[in-house]
Amino acid sequence: MSASGPRMQPTLFELSKPGRRSDKVPHPPSDALDRLPAEHRRERPPALPEVNEPDAVRHFVNLSQLNHAVDTGFYPLGSCTMKWNPKVNEWAARLPGFAQLHPMAPDAVAQGTLQLLWEVEQILIEVSGMAAVTLQPAAGAHGELTGILMIRAYHRSRGDMDRTDVLVPDSAHGTNPATATMAGLRTVSIKAAADGGIDIDAFKAALGPHTAAVMITNPSTMGLFESRIGQLLEAVHAVGALAYMDGANLNAILGRFKPGEAGFDVMHINTHKTFSTPHGGGGPGAGPVAVVEKLAPFLPAPRVVRESDGRFRLEGVGERPTSIGRMRSFVGSTGVLVRAYAYLRTHGGSGLAEITDDAVLAANYLKGRLAASGAYDIPFPGVCKHEFIASATSIKKRTGVRTLDIAKRLLDHGFHAPTVYFPLTVDEAMLIEPTETESVETLDAFADALIAIAHEADTDPETVKTAPHTAPVRRLDEVSAARNPNLRWRPAAGDWTPCPD
Amino acid sequence: MAYGPHTPADRQRMLASLGMHSVDELFADIPPALRSSPLRLDPPESEQVLMGRLANLAGRNRIDLASFLGAGAYRHFSPPMVDHMLLRGEWYTAYTPYQPEVSQGTLQSIYEYESLIAELTGLDVVSASHYDGAAATAEAALMTCRATARDRVLVSRAVHPHYREVVRTYFHGAGLNVEEIPLVADGATAGTTDLGHLERALADGDHPVAGVVLPQPSFYGLLEPMAESSRLAHAAGALFVAVIEPVSLAVLAPPGAYGADIAAGEGQSLGIPPQYGGPYLGILACTDALVRQIPGRLVGMTTDVNGKRAYVMTLQAREQHIRREKAASNICTNQTLLALAATVWLAALGPHGLRDVAALGAARAAELEAALAAVGVPRLHEGAYLNEFVVRVPNAVAVHRELLENGVLAGLVLADAVPDEPGVADGLLVCTTEVTTTDEITAFARQMEGALAVTAHPVGGAA
Amino acid sequence: MVPPDLHYTKDHEWIRVDGDTATIGVTDFAAHQLGDVVFVDLPATGRSIDQFATFGVVESVKAVSDLYAPVSGEVVGVNPDLGSQPELVNSDPFGKGWMIKVKVADAAQVDGLLDAAAYERLTAEA
Repeated sequence: MSASGPRMQPTLFELSKPGRRSDKVPHPPSDALDRLPAEHRRERPPALPEVNEPDAVRHFVNLSQLNHAVDTGFYPLGSCTMKWNPKVNEWAARLPGFAQLHPMAPDAVAQGTLQLLWEVEQILIEVSGMAAVTLQPAAGAHGELTGILMIRAYHRSRGDMDRTDVLVPDSAHGTNPATATMAGLRTVSIKAAADGGIDIDAFKAALGPHTAAVMITNPSTMGLFESRIGQLLEAVHAVGALAYMDGANLNAILGRFKPGEAGFDVMHINTHKTFSTPHGGGGPGAGPVAVVEKLAPFLPAPRVVRESDGRFRLEGVGERPTSIGRMRSFVGSTGVLVRAYAYLRTHGGSGLAEITDDAVLAANYLKGRLAASGAYDIPFPGVCKHEFIASATSIKKRTGVRTLDIAKRLLDHGFHAPTVYFPLTVDEAMLIEPTETESVETLDAFADALIAIAHEADTDPETVKTAPHTAPVRRLDEVSAARNPNLRWRPAAGDWTPCPD
Repeated sequence: MAYGPHTPADRQRMLASLGMHSVDELFADIPPALRSSPLRLDPPESEQVLMGRLANLAGRNRIDLASFLGAGAYRHFSPPMVDHMLLRGEWYTAYTPYQPEVSQGTLQSIYEYESLIAELTGLDVVSASHYDGAAATAEAALMTCRATARDRVLVSRAVHPHYREVVRTYFHGAGLNVEEIPLVADGATAGTTDLGHLERALADGDHPVAGVVLPQPSFYGLLEPMAESSRLAHAAGALFVAVIEPVSLAVLAPPGAYGADIAAGEGQSLGIPPQYGGPYLGILACTDALVRQIPGRLVGMTTDVNGKRAYVMTLQAREQHIRREKAASNICTNQTLLALAATVWLAALGPHGLRDVAALGAARAAELEAALAAVGVPRLHEGAYLNEFVVRVPNAVAVHRELLENGVLAGLVLADAVPDEPGVADGLLVCTTEVTTTDEITAFARQMEGALAVTAHPVGGAA
Repeated sequence: MVPPDLHYTKDHEWIRVDGDTATIGVTDFAAHQLGDVVFVDLPATGRSIDQFATFGVVESVKAVSDLYAPVSGEVVGVNPDLGSQPELVNSDPFGKGWMIKVKVADAAQVDGLLDAAAYERLTAEA
């Protein structure tokens, strides 16, 4: 982007002009609302903007051009798996048979979607090495809550009422401890070992009759496979606790490691990470949860059931009393799952394994280039999985330029920044995840940019510290935004009088 | 691999740079005992074959029915410009605006969404979105507990049964109490929240109430006594939560007008296709006083270092990535693209169009009520409604099935959907919107007449 | 930078005792570590607080910290200016940026806190 590139736009409200009408729908008879009792009526119509189609479309097209996106460039946002979002997925989700199906349509008229959902479950069972899957959770964190509530229900079903603790490594996503709290449990934070991996002794010391679960991200948020996971799972099960796997990094292990086979009891899967459903500017996602056999009775309702005659149905109300209940309305984010299904079918078993191989190859290649340059600290040398950490600690000491500045300077090079300052356990962290769909040329260009910025930090630190210079806006005043929040447009009185009746 | 960029030579070059010969060496860190069996899945499929498979599956769903099904998900007209916008990769292939300087499009669109919903609800703080109406309602109920430091919430049985279930799931997990307020059994207010019961429940001084949750319109389509309930809740020191349907807010009193502290609801009706349950749009709005209690992302207007207007995620210290186990909620990924859909849809329709949508749905509903009454199928309740209502049908399950075979999706069988609500056991919940046609209404009434005859005198003894 | 007449906790709160009431805030060191303070959440007057338990929260844009009570007691005053001017915590942490006043339950608790010299050593190590 350059100064002559996309420009900031006025708000929709400032484009409004009283009296503009769109005639998108027919006009109702004038007495349509006469039967509404006065006490329930709105006194003043909502002051919504009045814009015509050309102005509105230009507004949103111009706004869209202010975004960096996978469709516009490299997006190495660690732990988010910003891979290519295939266009056939969008076509599939928009097929009228899928898009226009009502969520409470009788099973008899929903057989196509029900079969699709059932097939997605079967594929995820195979990928996870688990016994059963729910597709209901709407996102990864929602899946975490689902999984932890099921673990809680499992313990309680056995009369094991005193398991209150959830053990979480301090490098975990914030959603893990926040989930434990939502499930009425207590988070016990466990420090990572010096090599970035699980500290078995620290876990063993914390495990006991009060442990409900451990939550482990594997590979970890440092991009490292937890090689001591076997020992940990044994120790967890020995005290009667269950093991939850945060599947955020599933892209690194498809066909190489099946959490269920290895001994995990529950995991969630982020379809918007591993299975290419688009991130949508922040969502939607979907967070299917896979469980071992003994947890299947507690899965959220309703599940998709395949009858002996090959037809499909949803469980009825109250059909499975052991269920933890509903996590959301209806059956799930089916439109997201249609996209995931297209992706899973496109790749099949061999293709999914290749995804992981290429994702890990790309991360290691990029890590190798940065390590060879010496431009950044690489706190965990050796093989990584699909992502890795670089740090600007030395650069900061030398020049005062911080990770944040480097992230902003990358924007001037046309790249999205990596995830920064996460995990919290590494100083000046940059978590870099290239994904399998980026070419070696792109990886090289990104490495070159990072190396050039490190050099620039020495020669012209001010330019780095004041970046970005070519984005639509410069750095933002986040302090004022938080001290005096302006969270909505406030139309000045009398600016327009919308919707004259 | 379908979308992979590497040639075999690329892979060899990348491996060679690492001093490796095989990609297997990159997985040497997985202990042999933990390495998995190969994926037993079908082979890859070409795009052409895949598209055939998907078209075939989609074709096995029936969407050609004259549908009178609502119950929390509604068919509405969506101008082509809405999907035109959603198909732009700049929107749908971006993620959370962590780098605001290159995410101003998403950020401004969320700010506009927040502003539009604030205007519709009459409440000033609107979250960037939640998973769906049910999850938003559960979060609203949890907010009332945090804000009042109380642990008991009253939820009307007029709230959508799925939402009530989700509130129960969340509350059970958090160790909080949720009680349901029953419906009035008969008379002019039958089917609406029993205010006498509500008042008694609020009067229990030993166990003060954090929040009271009522819907408008109700699951049964009825208009609820929101102003009176809000007054009762506040008199007991509780907060009042309105579960809303946003299209209806074009014509119904907004939550802010009757003193609601929080509004939660399903935004699917704002231009989002039904798509068998999601992704949808959880709306959550509250008063300024509760801004620190609202979970989920908030976008605010600010300036850049040059003083230029810009937008940024703000008040992030409420959120899980900073507050961890002390966060108000674990929500991270939300429904931003659906909030964009709602924003574009509202821009396309404008205030006049939105009012027309609400009023036309209401007009069609009156037509439907008359047409069904004319064939001997009256409303179950007497109270006012907007565009959805319950009719009393003897043998509703069989009638519904019979109608389905004749191309009519006759709403929702309440005996199946809410088996614990005996007062509606004979009920079908039916709905109209602006896309319902007079021909569909005529066909529904005609088929209903026939179905009643068949199910009353089953041919061949099969009921 | 560390006023000599105050007592301190290792969590960077300060306390100034005046008769049986005391004023509590966070140190300059804490304010600096947090960055620009954007919000302070404090208990209402009349609430009792327990020594070393959390009594409130202070937020900056990207961080949040619990506030720990140096002593037990009843809250008898809350700084009314921090609601609209949380930046006082940064600009004048030992003065206009004070947070609460408490009626001290047990004066002996104060003696167990760090004095200025000990606190200065603590922050020098950090």
